[in-house]
Amino acid sequence: MTAVSSRQQLNYIAAQAADARVNLEIETEGMTLNIGPQHPATHGTLRIVAKLDGEQVIAADPVMGYMHRGYEKLSEVRTYPQVTTLVNRIDWLGSFANEVPFILAAEQLMEVEAPPRAQWIRTVLFEMSRIANIVLFLGDMAVQVGAVTPVFFAFRDREHILNQIEAATGGRFHPNFDRIGGLKDDLPKGWIVETKQVMKKMRSFCDEIEELVMGNEIFQARTRGIGVVPADIGLSYGLSGANIRGSGVDWDVRRDGTTGAGGLVHSELDWRVWTHPDGDSFSRFWVRLQEVRESTKMVDQLLDGLPSGPIMAKVPRIIKVPAGEAYVETENPLGVMGYYVVSAGGLVPFRVKIRSASFNNMSITPWLLTGVYVPDIITILGSLYFILGDIDR
Amino acid sequence: MIRLSSNDTVDVTAAFGADETDAAAANGSATDEVREAMLSELQEELGEAVVESHIAAGVDITVRVTSEAWASTAEFLKNEMGFAYFNFLSAIDWLPSPFGRDMDSQVDLALEPAAEPVEPEEMEHGLAGGETRFQVLARVNDVAGHRAVTLKADVDDTAMSAPSWVPVYAGANWHERETWEMFGIEFVGHPGLRHIYLPGAFEGNPLRKDYPLLARRVKPWPGIVDVELMPTEQTDEADGEAPETPAAAALATPGESTEETGDA
Amino acid sequence: MSSTQVFAELAYWQQTGIRVGAALAAVLLVAGALVYMHLFKAVSFMQSRLGPMEAGPYGSLQLLAEVGKHIQKEDIFPTKADRFVFGAAPFVVLASTFLLVVVVPAGPDAWFIDSELGIYLGLAVSSVSVLGILMAGWGSSNKYSLLGGLRATGQLIAYELPLILAVVGVVIQAGTMNMADIVYAQANGEIFGLGIVGNPYILTQGVAFVIFLIAMQAELAQAPFDMPVAESELVTGYMTEYSGMRFLLFFIGEFATAGVFAAVASVLFLGGWYVPGIDPTADVMNLLGPLVMLVKIVGLTFLVFWTRFTMPRFREDQLQRLAWKFLIPIALANIVVTGVLKVAF
Repeated sequence: MTAVSSRQQLNYIAAQAADARVNLEIETEGMTLNIGPQHPATHGTLRIVAKLDGEQVIAADPVMGYMHRGYEKLSEVRTYPQVTTLVNRIDWLGSFANEVPFILAAEQLMEVEAPPRAQWIRTVLFEMSRIANIVLFLGDMAVQVGAVTPVFFAFRDREHILNQIEAATGGRFHPNFDRIGGLKDDLPKGWIVETKQVMKKMRSFCDEIEELVMGNEIFQARTRGIGVVPADIGLSYGLSGANIRGSGVDWDVRRDGTTGAGGLVHSELDWRVWTHPDGDSFSRFWVRLQEVRESTKMVDQLLDGLPSGPIMAKVPRIIKVPAGEAYVETENPLGVMGYYVVSAGGLVPFRVKIRSASFNNMSITPWLLTGVYVPDIITILGSLYFILGDIDR
Repeated sequence: MIRLSSNDTVDVTAAFGADETDAAAANGSATDEVREAMLSELQEELGEAVVESHIAAGVDITVRVTSEAWASTAEFLKNEMGFAYFNFLSAIDWLPSPFGRDMDSQVDLALEPAAEPVEPEEMEHGLAGGETRFQVLARVNDVAGHRAVTLKADVDDTAMSAPSWVPVYAGANWHERETWEMFGIEFVGHPGLRHIYLPGAFEGNPLRKDYPLLARRVKPWPGIVDVELMPTEQTDEADGEAPETPAAAALATPGESTEETGDA
Repeated sequence: MSSTQVFAELAYWQQTGIRVGAALAAVLLVAGALVYMHLFKAVSFMQSRLGPMEAGPYGSLQLLAEVGKHIQKEDIFPTKADRFVFGAAPFVVLASTFLLVVVVPAGPDAWFIDSELGIYLGLAVSSVSVLGILMAGWGSSNKYSLLGGLRATGQLIAYELPLILAVVGVVIQAGTMNMADIVYAQANGEIFGLGIVGNPYILTQGVAFVIFLIAMQAELAQAPFDMPVAESELVTGYMTEYSGMRFLLFFIGEFATAGVFAAVASVLFLGGWYVPGIDPTADVMNLLGPLVMLVKIVGLTFLVFWTRFTMPRFREDQLQRLAWKFLIPIALANIVVTGVLKVAF
């Protein structure tokens, strides 16, 4: 590794020196601990091969691919509307958000723009999928640290959001609702009032989690100063989302997008990007909690200012995308997600490169896990917040 | 900017170049000062190494450098221009699929039987051009300046290698492993090119265009059932014999669907 | 004719039979009650769910169904397991619980042994469970189990000390180690001249009571001290490889030990079977006493499980720091203060 912070280096050298002294008298050897692929803390089928000295990790090597589905190859033999069905399954907790960047890339290539109402509703669903996703993280992180109860509250309150997503799209987990040039349907009757009530519930859930989990001394003892990611190292590994904002980098694609994509209307809302200077597990948790609150406010504003008008732009019934290349990235629940779409002009994409957030977020783990204790592996993995489908694609 | 694009105006075989001029025309005379400045700074430093570039005003910039300058470009971008954020690294195989249209969705075949048989197409490169079959592709961001650049470099067909970015951007490690595995491009200077997704004994490079997607080749695509016949067609079917498979149904009534494509 | 005399007239095998039956009832029935009331219901309500509702009225027979399920399951031994150690470990753990319960009296004559060393013996045998857990961790030939077993050993040894030191305060104040005499001392004692409620030592030994509860939580390996089990990291630690009946023994052991420790705590700090207004030596207390004890046990174990399902988990080093840097010094200070006051008054 080229980049090693002084703290970790010192810890490691100290551990090595202590080891050497012991080894002179007693013969000791390290132990290789295989965490996963069937382990509750890995949210699926990630495997981490950790070399241990006692309970301290000397080296950690993540092994992926147990869930590799080859979406980049499969996208090459599917029409553009069919690809959204695939990409729904990348981050399965915030499915709608996966569709958006792909649709936006296709729209950019086709030079189509969704009507204002579609853009606003798209942003509402985009933010709601973020809430659905991160709410589960807030409960799950507590489980990783050992508190069992908060996750039940998370599942209970996420249900409200999923109900609203289902009411609007027909799908709880995989809406498949976004279309090139707009959305499949308009909102059902009464949806706006209900959603506003749900947003209130989500805010009270955030308060509950703040008291129950974040204010807990043991939780703080377990997360503060653990898994510190300095900003420059986070950047060179391409961390995104709350992981990089938890290191004090003020960067949110919703506000600072570089791909010039329209299609989402965050710029017309009053909200702010939260950052935390510490870069540890706690700060990542804290930033995500604030993000849920911001998202609920955004949804409220969006529902207040929802413009009227059509829900679909005029697009051909058979989608053919002109030759060209487009890269569009959005700030998804897990971090920056982008699609580099190459079209040769036709019904199917020529090449789709899926830049998923968790793949980059997890690539820091060999560096980050060196020198920590076994229980901290779990909290660090939990706080980095990955979803296997988002790593393996 | 809602453009009424219909099937007629979008030609399947349209050259990439045509699209560029199209986009430029659509954006009018709006020049992109930020991206122009980035490009000139790069050209100043790298000189001949910047082979070609493409700026979509207000959208994106793509720069193609020589493969020798691949790593030094990254170093310069990171250390001098503030592009500290590593976004992604991958590759593109520009070879048109040697399997012809049967690697396309069978809906295509149903809708456009005329497109078959197709001669192997000429290799055509996308934005910022290219000469070789494989190109590495990467993107880095300047987080503070809200800028980003997509970089490309040709990969020599025989050497099949490119300099590694790992010494510059630590995060390139996994991306290069993935690219090596999927395309067979060697990254010189990478600390350990191992399989990342596929089993260790896996042979072949799945994302190459000449790597067949076997599932698609050995049996008809299940997605074909999604093709719904128009109501008029269905009444016709009721009189005649029912086709054996949905695929056959779609193939039996070609041409008609394409007429419906004018407007949604 | 008092109940002691009736009992004394029975043959030895009859007496033994009654004692064994009573011990089984005291451990298993209490454990079952705790599982149902706390794990199945109280915790479910905390987590906004109903818990089991199908087996029996309000799911009250769920535990029987679970036991039936576990008995039917295959008893799996890992290929490389140390078969004898692996197989014996759950029994050692459960044995420790049964040994502990014998020192607890539940009424003036409702006791298993009436030893002058009562509480001393109890604390001694309670450590046997460490052996069983270490056996399970080692015998499983599983790295997670080994880590869990070693963690448990370090933790239980570290918390044995505050547990004993907390008890010393009570022993000093009562002037005896006999459990029944500790109850009488509390029943006959008085605070500031007021003898209405006696003197349950929770009032004068409050610090010791809190330390005892914390150490008990750690001895039981319940969150926030559940690193030996640590479902989200060690995947239930030393129990990982157990299935069927042997897993059930660990499971019962967990709750039975909670109940027995709560019984010890209620004797030491809450006056045992004594309730204000009834003479603790009255014959009727042999029947009422166990019920009074049960109420106190349920109350104390509720605290245990409430904490367990609320708190996150410490890390191993944080746990050791808590024991050695906070609990033990405070417990020692408590002993000094108790001793000084005992001499002064």
